[in-house]
Amino acid sequence: MRHYPLLLAHELRMLAVSAATYCAAVLFLLLMGLIYFLVLYGYGHVENDPPMAQYFQIFFIPVFFVVPLLTMKSLADEQRHGTLEAMLTTPATTLEIVLAKYSAAYLFYISLWAITLFFPYVAIWFLPGVGPDSPLRDTASLAGGYLFVVASGLLYIALGIFASSLTRNTLVAGMLCFSMLFVLIISGNLLPHLSLQESWFVHIQPAVDYLQTFRHLEDFSRGIVDTRPFFLYASNTILVLGVTTLVVESRTSA
Amino acid sequence: MGDNAFTAAIPALPSFLIAFYPVTTLYNLFVSHRLSSCMPPVAIANSVPTLVTPAPATVPSLQAIGLTKEYGTVRAIENLNFTVARGEIVGFLGPNGAGKSTTMRIFAGLLAATSGRAYVAGIPVASAPDEAKRRLGFMPEQNPLPDEMRVSEYLRFRARLKEIPRRKIAPRVDQAMEMCGLQHKSRRKIIGTLSKGYRQRVGIADAILAEPEVILMDEPTIGLDPKQILDIRRLIDSLRGRLTVLISSHILAEIEVCCDRVMIINQGRLVAAGTTSNLRREFFPKGEWRLYLRGDPAALDQLLPNIDPGLRVAACSATDSEGFIEVRLEGPANNPGLGENILIALMQHPGWRIREFAQVEPGLEQIFLAVTKQSDEPILPAIRKGK
Repeated sequence: MRHYPLLLAHELRMLAVSAATYCAAVLFLLLMGLIYFLVLYGYGHVENDPPMAQYFQIFFIPVFFVVPLLTMKSLADEQRHGTLEAMLTTPATTLEIVLAKYSAAYLFYISLWAITLFFPYVAIWFLPGVGPDSPLRDTASLAGGYLFVVASGLLYIALGIFASSLTRNTLVAGMLCFSMLFVLIISGNLLPHLSLQESWFVHIQPAVDYLQTFRHLEDFSRGIVDTRPFFLYASNTILVLGVTTLVVESRTSA
Repeated sequence: MGDNAFTAAIPALPSFLIAFYPVTTLYNLFVSHRLSSCMPPVAIANSVPTLVTPAPATVPSLQAIGLTKEYGTVRAIENLNFTVARGEIVGFLGPNGAGKSTTMRIFAGLLAATSGRAYVAGIPVASAPDEAKRRLGFMPEQNPLPDEMRVSEYLRFRARLKEIPRRKIAPRVDQAMEMCGLQHKSRRKIIGTLSKGYRQRVGIADAILAEPEVILMDEPTIGLDPKQILDIRRLIDSLRGRLTVLISSHILAEIEVCCDRVMIINQGRLVAAGTTSNLRREFFPKGEWRLYLRGDPAALDQLLPNIDPGLRVAACSATDSEGFIEVRLEGPANNPGLGENILIALMQHPGWRIREFAQVEPGLEQIFLAVTKQSDEPILPAIRKGK
């Protein structure tokens, strides 16, 4: 793994000089700012969960467009231009390259979310009469929500990198990534609504419940930090990245 | 609570176990490669190869032993056997689809051979790809470069990736840029804005950057104008004796000038190898001379057997506007003084005026065409598996 830091620095630099990165960042922050504003606006009218808990309820909207935007180019574009192959003529390994691309995208994704940490503090600063017990200062839901983003982001970015390894077309990679995220995030929530009474479904019900992203989010945003989702996201991230490495190896040697 | 936790952990457990499958598979592949590799001709250094120990001069820089690559039912290359000695510049020729790029990609460690072995400076590519890559610079056919980076920045990145020691990076990058004519105008330019010729130079600078023992160039002069081709030729000439270079190209005139010898591959098989003059002797066993003569050419039939019994008129053109006839003579190639003897005999003949007399030597192009034409027919039935 001696080339990993160099490749990671290179990937971060490439992200920093890419116009697409700034487009994604601006779109993300505009959208998140708008969502936070709407949450605050609605909170004044109806008594509900703390604003940050509500804010994280719609985490999937930015995930659906930011993750594909950040990852679709990573391997697909390099495969199309042949620069991935050029990289592999050096002693750098496929695993190092995949990990560097993954880490760079993940760091950027997390740093985008990190910027939104300022939203509650900006609101507290500007809104008059925010007391020390105000729901705006609910650090448990704030920390829990961000921990969920950090944990789930591991798998979402890995899926994006995996989608990018499957094709040379960045658009196809983006659509693949969107589809996988959609299935992963939404389907777990939809299955219980099907009211399946078959015996096999009853047996797998706990497993399906466990895969429900929104249930994890619910726990986290209430400040309950459970280690099982971390385990789920981390283990599946390793799986997806391992498969991605094998896919890239087989595609470059074909 | 305990039960719930256990039930909830069940889905995560298989995924955790499966997650380690690729990791263990990769590790096993790595270990099995190491264990199953044949004994390399040169011991592989265990140390971190920031300074690569050069192989002894007697070890060939490139060696292919029974190299075969199959894509499904098609054999791209079949039983290739060749060696390239240290310091040689060798042209690797063949028609499109002959297997040149496949062979180069196997040596570069990008493709695994179906069978056979490839060695770079005595290092087996299949079992020690990293070691082999440290001794090799490869310029692929399309010369892929990142468009967003500056030339010097890209070369510095590649130098670090190729494990050049940190203190040597700046001088090595400067030296490679100087050699490729990139030092002044293009140093700070963004690669995406460079012309085709300068992009090729960047590719070559990258290949020579780490001073590898072997350089593979796949079509380095493709798409270049004559001046740029000349520059690349000069550059390759400057590497002569220091590095081993294997160049694949369709510009045969360039190969003829640049290379110490050539290898011709057709339909995946090595069909000829040697210096141009050796190949000429092998595939054109007869000598040929061209003569512009004014006078009666019929008298040549009596004159020529007196000079050499094997000498004869091969072709005669019609008389041109000045009354000269182009005559092509054919004779044995193994008589070194024959050309001089013909000229003396022609000059002594009273009825003839000679405007031009020259020995016609088939160039690499004619050799290439002769070799590939000769090798086409017997190979075709065997090239498809199962036929």
